[in-house]
Amino acid sequence: MSSHLLLLVIFAVLVSAVFAALARETPREQLRTGAMMFGGFVAAAIVLGWLMYPLPL
Amino acid sequence: MAIKSTTAERARPASEPGTLVLLCVAAWVVPGAGHFWLGRAQKATVFLVALLLMFALGLALDGRLFPFEVSEPLVALAAFANAGLGLPWIAGRMLGLGGGVVTATTYEYGNCFLIVAGLLNFLVILDAYDIAVGRK
Repeated sequence: MSSHLLLLVIFAVLVSAVFAALARETPREQLRTGAMMFGGFVAAAIVLGWLMYPLPL
Repeated sequence: MAIKSTTAERARPASEPGTLVLLCVAAWVVPGAGHFWLGRAQKATVFLVALLLMFALGLALDGRLFPFEVSEPLVALAAFANAGLGLPWIAGRMLGLGGGVVTATTYEYGNCFLIVAGLLNFLVILDAYDIAVGRK
């Protein structure tokens, strides 16, 4: 299990689940918040990854 | 007749100092135990499953359970973060798990899972405390 993307996705799922459960009360709200956080995690990682692609210059 | 509607007036399941300490210790020892105590079984289940899974994955990815070395401040901080997970951390240390394989490709990922799991449990303990004193 050395796929960076897979590990990133697993990490994002677990951290999003904990944060969503901490921040919201009902399962429905938790699911919505968790999904948004998960999307944010993955999107930010991919964008940052591409921004760092030319480094080191 | 007054109607109890504010957060401060709501029933507090564990507001005695001794009970609060026990609650926080239980929440530290077993992730989610504090929430389970307070009747938040759904949240407790999420915390237990997610944090134990992160801990197990961290070990499976050859991460390290750092020792408390005062001479190495960053290692000591990582050890403090690891210790946040309570019983799984104690068991891991006692069983000699989490030796860490620096040459493994996944070493840093493993460390990340282990450290973040411990830090998240600190947040979970604080959340249980807030619920117990009626802040949430």
